[in-house]
Amino acid sequence: MEKFTVHTGRAVPLRYSNVDTDQIIPAVYLKRVSRTGFEDGLFAAWRANDPEFVLNKPEFEGGTVLIAGSDFGTGSSREHAVWALQDYGFKAVLAPRYADIFRGNSLKGGLLTVVLDEQVIERLWDMVEADPATEVTVDLERREVRAPGIAESFELDDYTRWRLREGLDDIALTLRHTEEIDAFEARRASWSPVTQ
Amino acid sequence: MARTMAEKVWAEHVVRRAEGEPDLLYIDLHLVHEVTSPQAFEGLRLANRPVRRPDLTIATEDHNVPTENILAPIADPVSRTQIDTLRKNCSDFGVRLHPMGDIDQGIVHVVGPQLGLTQPGMTVVCGDSHTSTHGAFGALAFGIGTSQVEHVLATQTLPMTPFKTMAVTVNGSLNEGVTAKDIILAVIARIGTGGGQGYVIEYRGEAIRELSMEARMTVCNMSIEAGARAGMIAPDDTTFAYIKGRPHAPQGADWDAAVAHWQSLGTDDGAAYDHEVVIDAADLSPFVTWGTNPGQGVALDGAVPAPEDFASPAQRASTEKALAYMGLQAGTPMRDIRVDTVFLGSCTNGRIEDLRAAAEVIKGRKVADDVRMLVVPGSMRVKEQAADEGLDAVFRAAGAEWREAGCSMCLGMNPDQLKPGERSASTSNRNFEGRQGKGGRTHLVSPLVAAATAVRGTLSSPADL
Ligand code: SF4
Repeated sequence: MEKFTVHTGRAVPLRYSNVDTDQIIPAVYLKRVSRTGFEDGLFAAWRANDPEFVLNKPEFEGGTVLIAGSDFGTGSSREHAVWALQDYGFKAVLAPRYADIFRGNSLKGGLLTVVLDEQVIERLWDMVEADPATEVTVDLERREVRAPGIAESFELDDYTRWRLREGLDDIALTLRHTEEIDAFEARRASWSPVTQ
Repeated sequence: MARTMAEKVWAEHVVRRAEGEPDLLYIDLHLVHEVTSPQAFEGLRLANRPVRRPDLTIATEDHNVPTENILAPIADPVSRTQIDTLRKNCSDFGVRLHPMGDIDQGIVHVVGPQLGLTQPGMTVVCGDSHTSTHGAFGALAFGIGTSQVEHVLATQTLPMTPFKTMAVTVNGSLNEGVTAKDIILAVIARIGTGGGQGYVIEYRGEAIRELSMEARMTVCNMSIEAGARAGMIAPDDTTFAYIKGRPHAPQGADWDAAVAHWQSLGTDDGAAYDHEVVIDAADLSPFVTWGTNPGQGVALDGAVPAPEDFASPAQRASTEKALAYMGLQAGTPMRDIRVDTVFLGSCTNGRIEDLRAAAEVIKGRKVADDVRMLVVPGSMRVKEQAADEGLDAVFRAAGAEWREAGCSMCLGMNPDQLKPGERSASTSNRNFEGRQGKGGRTHLVSPLVAAATAVRGTLSSPADL
């Protein structure tokens, strides 16, 4: 996993709330068995059918920070939604609220999902729409989002922050505690079901 | 200290707790299917890691499987690749798999309970959000992403921070013709699709106690549509009777020990929830959705709402967008909405009781001209049981299509899809844009409403027949 410290990039304003994972990446793209190359599936239906959709506008090409409305990432648990955003080039998402599973997936995979107040999101939308060249900085060191005239701190627990900054894989971390897992298994009820 | 059921189950599974870190939680059962697992197995291979507990892992094929000619090779090469990849992964890593054609194949959330693998007090995970279904047994069951699938395969644990708890109490008894599906659709419409975010919902109260095990699964299944991580119902005699005698149920002295433990799991008197919602069962009636998220629902007796009916600008905008997508006019009585397709199936309503309830309505009647009805049992066992009871004949005689088991039109990853502009009444759980096929329009309904709608061709309840 890539380390995340401070990222500065242009932003893409997605003025929708309740964007579900079926919209982020439709089910047909889930049929693949590889781990990369999901960028073509990102918002596929909107990109194909709506010329006014924000990712179809040349001025927002190359944006790396997605600014979305509330309840981003509702619906299915598909982690492909995170991969699609990352493969397309997004490093961070800013929104007032996320669906839990999506948020968990994103923070595990190194896509920084930042919770910001609705008013701040509105201001960022207005600013970025007025000038698509505006740069937004997502600073994990200081837990702060900055844009011209805006410096908003955000919350993220220390543990997740540490993991993202170090680019650490959860599995390797857990395997350090194998003895504790062994000990737990030794205490499980004898009647706990097994599949084999 | 008085504790909720969710807190008890959580506490029993903590392998390691350290200040400033998430708890490391032990996972008792890991369910696997072909869509969200390939990249996890790929990760294991790359890191040269084995599956720690293949004996706590089970796989089935469901999302991609065709529901016709299942013994022929899958026509869609991509679907075929996913299935073939799962088969290879299970064989390489020693995981038990129920492939197409196997009597225990079916939708992952139907298969677990049916085998008796889902039991009270367990932690159950699957790379699928509707894992919440298993909470009907008093298990803590939640959906996970693919990297967590890999994590569980490698370590049989997950680092997790505790969920908040919410009680949804449904007082009184349901009226005739009102089902578990109507309860949960009404709950979602009430608290919103984000209302359960961060919570485990515990469903309680008389109406919940009176539900069968299968109906409880319907309720817990759609907890995720309310935004919750999991749904739970305290285990009781209904639960124990359902589990007893199933292939993986404890036996003899183990059974008694297990039941004694399970009886201790319910929420203690006086335990506090972070949030509480109370619903009166008498207020509930058949409920259907009109929009493109499961919270956009209304009583079947009602009408399509107008954007102006909502206070917040965001809700007005999403209503406008939903009405345009659904091709609906505000004010249209729900009963006047004509459908092309009726889908009876999915992990929400594809179990034997659902098929029985629908068959009862449709028996001796005909599916309306111009309506196609697809009946897709949730598992091969459900299909077999239905055939033993003659339900297949009832559906066929009415003009419905009787299919093989799988997810089917719930998400249309197989050939069962809506065409652009087509409208369905569906017993599944999601009415998102394009969920059942590009441009398809979905109304979520109960099996009773599905059957009555198939007969009349417009959204209907059995009372309309
Ligand atoms: S039936 Fe639908 S909701 Fe259930 S597991 Fe299959 S695709 Fe998911």
